[in-house]
Amino acid sequence: MKQIILQPVTRIEGHAKVTIQLDDQGNVADTRVNVVELRGFEKFCVGRPVEELPRIVPRICGVCPWAHHLASSKACDAVFGVEIPPVAKKLRELAYMGHFIHSHVLHFFVLSGPDFVMGPGADYTVRNVIGIAQKVPDIARQVLRTRFLGQMMTQILGGKAIHPDVSVPGGWSKPVTKEEVVKLKEMAKECLDFATFAMNFAKKDIFPQYLEVVKSYAPISTGFLGMVQDGALNLYDGNLRMMTADGKYEDFPGERYMDHIAEHVEPWTYLKFPYLKKAGGFSMALDKPVGIYRTNSLARINVVDRIPTPQAQAELEEFRKNFGRPAQLTLLYHWARLIELLYAAERAVELLADPGITDPNTRKAVTPRAARGVGVVEAPRGTLIHDYETDEKGLVKDVNIIVGTTHNNAAINMSVKKAAQDVIKNGKYDQGLLNLVEMAIRAYDPCLSCATHELDGRIPVRVNIVNHAGEIVANLVD
Amino acid sequence: MVRVASEWLATCGGCEITILDIGEPLLDLLPKLQFVHMPVIMDHKYYGQTGEMEFNIPEADVGLISGSIRNEENAKVAQEMRKKCKTLVAVGSCANFGGIPALANMFTLQDMLDTVYRKTRTTVPADNPSMDITPLGDRVYSVSEVVKVDLGLPGCPTTPELIAQAIVALLEGKPFSLVERSVCDDCPTRREKKAVSSLKRPLDRVEFAPGQKYEDVRCFMEQGYLCLGPATRTGCGGTDKVPRCIRAYTSCRGCFGPIRAGANPMVDMMGALSSVGLDPRQIEDRMATFNRFVGVVGRLRPVAVR
Repeated sequence: MKQIILQPVTRIEGHAKVTIQLDDQGNVADTRVNVVELRGFEKFCVGRPVEELPRIVPRICGVCPWAHHLASSKACDAVFGVEIPPVAKKLRELAYMGHFIHSHVLHFFVLSGPDFVMGPGADYTVRNVIGIAQKVPDIARQVLRTRFLGQMMTQILGGKAIHPDVSVPGGWSKPVTKEEVVKLKEMAKECLDFATFAMNFAKKDIFPQYLEVVKSYAPISTGFLGMVQDGALNLYDGNLRMMTADGKYEDFPGERYMDHIAEHVEPWTYLKFPYLKKAGGFSMALDKPVGIYRTNSLARINVVDRIPTPQAQAELEEFRKNFGRPAQLTLLYHWARLIELLYAAERAVELLADPGITDPNTRKAVTPRAARGVGVVEAPRGTLIHDYETDEKGLVKDVNIIVGTTHNNAAINMSVKKAAQDVIKNGKYDQGLLNLVEMAIRAYDPCLSCATHELDGRIPVRVNIVNHAGEIVANLVD
Repeated sequence: MVRVASEWLATCGGCEITILDIGEPLLDLLPKLQFVHMPVIMDHKYYGQTGEMEFNIPEADVGLISGSIRNEENAKVAQEMRKKCKTLVAVGSCANFGGIPALANMFTLQDMLDTVYRKTRTTVPADNPSMDITPLGDRVYSVSEVVKVDLGLPGCPTTPELIAQAIVALLEGKPFSLVERSVCDDCPTRREKKAVSSLKRPLDRVEFAPGQKYEDVRCFMEQGYLCLGPATRTGCGGTDKVPRCIRAYTSCRGCFGPIRAGANPMVDMMGALSSVGLDPRQIEDRMATFNRFVGVVGRLRPVAVR
């Protein structure tokens, strides 16, 4: 028995390590993605005034702070029992679209892109964004600029791009001015142009090269969870839709999440495993998984009936023609992410065209009370649930948070196992093949900071390669 | 060519995104920098690319560390970075003062694990995970409590401007230091040195008109909304100078940490509140509020449950 440890897993958000165990023949017996950190937000938010939580919880994740900021604001709205003004909803969603642009561009081009642009087996010293900048400097400049524009849109709207505090219980703190709208429109238009370019570039120069890989790579079959508004894609608001692997689905309001989801604990990772309660159990067996569902871009693209913006809808139709519904191939997460990038840019342009966006009445006053409130949004990395309970002074008594990446914990572990089994044969492996294993993780764009909000914020995915005597033969750790 | 190694410990990644937020000027800086280790963007592994060697980080001229120290592995990485980097920079409030994760220092580790693995609403209760994973420390530590740090860039997150200025100063071998002034010193709102009401929680909007010049808006603290500006180091506004949270018409919560090393924000705030005629005793959850980003410096500790 030999063990390979991959640590740290790189070009993901946060810390993980992968442990791969080999049998006597040098084939993969087992793998584990260990998440080694925990920060304990669910504990240390207790006792705080609940209106402070939207300002505290963004620190769960600096890559997707807006997701936590908005889920938290929505949970607070529910705790205070307030219906926020229509313009506040629009501003929250508009800022969120800017945020999605930043996050999806970052993931596709900066984190995952090097595997596709430089090649999965390229030397690690050039298999990164700096390598891309040398190989295709014009595209790299555009990438950095578009991500920056998305980020700056959120800064104009909220004063601060990372760890914002502009969304408050009862609405939104900073009305947008007409001058700002003029600037934002130009920025959104430029983002839309880039999103259109990115989709076409990927369909022409990237995906075709890897289509065979995509179709044979680490297949697993799972259910999917995502948000829909009247059946259509919406990232800020709507009901949740849980789809099983056969394509059947059930819609339910976010606050009923406990009827559908439970969390299982494994002894070798700090990260919990949410599963579908109705399946009656939890198993990550590759041949017969039980209770496993996935979130994030591919899940959303699978559960929606349609996308309410024209370019993204056309892409959805083409995607479905090629891959069916639900599409199970893990690497299609990247394709789905680009469809969403288009949607986010189109939706930003739409929201900015609404003359009501400059309405100054963005906020309602709220009064503390004892209550429970649930807030749900689609984070870039999947369905995000914040659930708060307060005492009569409005101080927090109980917090439960389930983040996008956590839903994917089981699926990530399954994909890694399948990928490792497929690429490591008879004890032969090299850095390029091991990178293929890591690509199974990267496809999910995991955010281990988010996932380990519980205590200290890292998912170690460690790949240990162990021989059957239990000796570690190699380990790969970021 | 300056060799750069970058690591993140118990962190959220916000400071790494801030480096990207330098924007296109970053492309001009890149040719002068050689990244030898940076898990977020490049695939260098601790144990070699196929796990063939002992734990190691390559030697570098400059080391950037974000995040606080929460587990044994964080401490090990910090020590390795110190050993291999000529100049070590602590980036962001977690690395410098513990940051938001240090709020956990108000609870015992056992209490926290009980909550996460046995008491949250959806969890099927189980023992604490302990196989193959690094143990958590007794509390959160800042990086400078564990290794010597040469330079600290505060903020949650810190700013693109500060990171760029620090990198340029290091490239040119020039000194770099932070200003010792408060957020109020850079805040454009109008002050009359006297509060208009008693302290209230931020459950309603501050008084302002959309598009109105900040100079015509009354100081939020004088309007009765607690603001940690008086006890917090300035710099969050970057080139624009206007403090980030003030731009959103929300009060400062102290993310840049104390105005100077060794200052105690809690004591400074008590004085600032009294000087405009507000009563600090009206504040709910005082300890955690005044030490929100500086739990390590302000020494947040477990308290007996009332």
